[in-house]
Amino acid sequence: MRASRGFWGATAVVATAALLLTACGGGGSSENKGSGATDANASVSVYGTEPENSLIPANTNELGGSKALKPVFSALVGYKSDTAEPYNLMAESINTTDSKVFDIKIKKGWKFHDGTEVKAKNFVDAWNYSANGKNGMQNASFFEQIQGYDEISAKEPAVQTMSGLKVVNDYEFQVTLKGPFSVFATKIGYLAFAPLPDKFFADPEAFAKAPIGNGPLKFVSRTPNQNMKLTRYDEYQGEDKVKFKDLEVRIYTSQETAYQDLLSNRLDFMEALPPAAKAGGKYKTDLGERLVEGKLLGISALALPYYVPGYNNLDLRKAISLAIDREQIVKTVMNDTYAPADGYVSRGIEGYRPGVCGEFCKFDPVKAKEFFAKSGFTGKLTIASNADGGRKEPLVAACNSIKNALGVECDFVPATDFGQWRSIVNNRQLTGMGRSDWSADYPSIENYLNPRYKSTGSSNDSTYNNPAVDALLTQADQTADKAAAIKLYQQAEELIAKDLPQIPVWEEKGVGGKSNRLKVAKLDFGRLADYSSIEVAAK
Amino acid sequence: MPQYILRRLLQLIPVFFGTTFLIYALVWAVPGDPFAGKCGQVACPPAYIEMMTAKFNLDDSIFVQYFKYLGNLFTGDWGETFNGVSVGELIGNAYPVTVRLALIAVAIEAIIGLSAGILTGLRGKGFLDNLVLMSTTFLISIPVFVTAIVLQIVLGSELGIIDASVSEDATIGELIVPGIALGSLSMAYIARLTRTSIAENRHADYVRTAVAKGQPRSRVVGVHLLRNSVIPVLTFIGTDIGALMGGAIVTEGVFNINGIGGLIFRGIQNREGATVTGVVVLLVMVYLLVSLIVDLLYAVLDPRIRYD
Repeated sequence: MRASRGFWGATAVVATAALLLTACGGGGSSENKGSGATDANASVSVYGTEPENSLIPANTNELGGSKALKPVFSALVGYKSDTAEPYNLMAESINTTDSKVFDIKIKKGWKFHDGTEVKAKNFVDAWNYSANGKNGMQNASFFEQIQGYDEISAKEPAVQTMSGLKVVNDYEFQVTLKGPFSVFATKIGYLAFAPLPDKFFADPEAFAKAPIGNGPLKFVSRTPNQNMKLTRYDEYQGEDKVKFKDLEVRIYTSQETAYQDLLSNRLDFMEALPPAAKAGGKYKTDLGERLVEGKLLGISALALPYYVPGYNNLDLRKAISLAIDREQIVKTVMNDTYAPADGYVSRGIEGYRPGVCGEFCKFDPVKAKEFFAKSGFTGKLTIASNADGGRKEPLVAACNSIKNALGVECDFVPATDFGQWRSIVNNRQLTGMGRSDWSADYPSIENYLNPRYKSTGSSNDSTYNNPAVDALLTQADQTADKAAAIKLYQQAEELIAKDLPQIPVWEEKGVGGKSNRLKVAKLDFGRLADYSSIEVAAK
Repeated sequence: MPQYILRRLLQLIPVFFGTTFLIYALVWAVPGDPFAGKCGQVACPPAYIEMMTAKFNLDDSIFVQYFKYLGNLFTGDWGETFNGVSVGELIGNAYPVTVRLALIAVAIEAIIGLSAGILTGLRGKGFLDNLVLMSTTFLISIPVFVTAIVLQIVLGSELGIIDASVSEDATIGELIVPGIALGSLSMAYIARLTRTSIAENRHADYVRTAVAKGQPRSRVVGVHLLRNSVIPVLTFIGTDIGALMGGAIVTEGVFNINGIGGLIFRGIQNREGATVTGVVVLLVMVYLLVSLIVDLLYAVLDPRIRYD
């Protein structure tokens, strides 16, 4: 009796775990052509997950926490939801002549939710705090380009401020970087660069329980594992004001349940759909007009680690890439929630060109076989990844595609969860190909290349090292002129495409859904609801 | 009697240390680095990992860690989760809901299970007996998460009688359907258990004597028969209260109830030793206390049982 119950319990836990860990899919925009008025006093609920870290901007980098914090803080730069193009939000102007020294003026009269004015020092203090090794913030490395970062990021730093940050007056400060970095003005729209009020520094822990920001929504309350409540900050001056009153980020243990609530209009917005809804394209009939589609800035690839014997072989990489039928897998296994990838940068990013990967990202079993014969590879191919959250199925399909085209054995090697998976990759313990997905932190071609293909990149999963690529990327970083910099990044991308250190496979389109109460709801590139777009139909 | 209770309470102490240590060791001994996947595709900054390692004493041996944890526990500090929320607060938020849910489940399984068991036990073979036999077999054969999801989809999305998820307040009304899902398995067991027990005792000497003395049927069944037959059922219900508290993991997940089950589930998933150990400490206490109460109730039902 007891035994059977225990067994079922375990099965259930596993099944629920699979549902829970499901990939958060979704991105995009959808508009009902409803002509009704907008209810400015409505409340809106969105699907949420429990934040993984304390609610401090520099300590938040996953979806659960970002959902609650992003609307509470406004950074210097915002990104347009349709084009991901940066614009000055809190910044009055960002000037630089050499891409090394940035002179930043901020708008006057902006206030934190506690009534204190946002001044230049709020930015400088926040950045110094976040970069300080003593405080152990997860996003500390975002400040690495600033002069003085190396000293302050030590575990017991001798200095408490970065030499590259200087307050000029209440509304102006100057940032000096270690070297020129043309993308800096785009990068500072990331949440970690948000200003912090004086209250924060008095008691960061208390602040994390009730964050005070300068954004369009202010924090009201939080019940862990239950919800977070925000309300509109009426004195907000930015252009991304919200058109509703209250926001509830409702935390769900199961995506499936949230989806049931969405279908019955008890939940207003989901930026991701559960696997059961995606299976067989069921979501399309379920949601109809309420489907929200978008462009996410992310790309999925297979890393072929250079340190694995036999894999450091260009012909093999070409053969594998040619052997994967991307179109077919995207359609049948992923039910159109992904699109085939044809380069190293997402569509929609400034600097993206179609077909950079060229002939090698197109399915061609005949040519694949030729290259495979040339490579002289013997043995078995493997693709490793965490198997939860729908990660496994497309990779198994890719393996089958490779198996059929090349006539070589291919196995999927599962890791138990994302944590274990990343520790395998970070400790360089891969024994074959590995899934290497990337979501851009900020919309720039630079963010796709530097972390992944520079020899010192933080997420260079295949340990790729090409001095010519490194040189081009460095040169691009240091080029003040944006257009010229993009050209250099593109040249680097072309070199990378020749070496194929990673095989681009697909990019996520992002599909979500909204309730029929919402007239408009869009998704931003980072898979979050674009809160400023949400409009509730008046009753 | 008081001596017996005292002895039983003293027994709680080694059980408490044993279970908490086992759980603590099991949770933290899972191989791999708990902070490896915390920063997305990028490895976390060393300063962050060092800070978290120090905060959760992960550099110490498992024994030192455990004693530090216990030390805090005795000062009323249940520890913190990785995202800085106090575990005590989490448990405080979660337990009232779970207690309500477990009581509803027990009420449902006791009322329905007992009545079905008594009816079939008294009547013996026939249509009703077959019906109960079949439906309980059916219930026993399907896992709780299937029952829960089917109830949720059919009653919620399809018929619109209930909401697919339970709201923040988790009122009694909202918890009835999750309670049915949670209690369904035990309900089947109780029905079976009662039926067997009643059917066995129906022909016992003392029942025949009572009938022969001309006692009314209601008294024969209600007092003589039931009182003896219900002892094994009571043991089952007692231990089930503890099991339901922890076993609510699946049901709470499906109906999105912010209770103890969900807390354990998330704790295991995020490898948060403090949460899991804290909740398990609580569950162990509940389990032990309930079984003590059940043992004491035996004496009330059957005066031949004494504790000295």
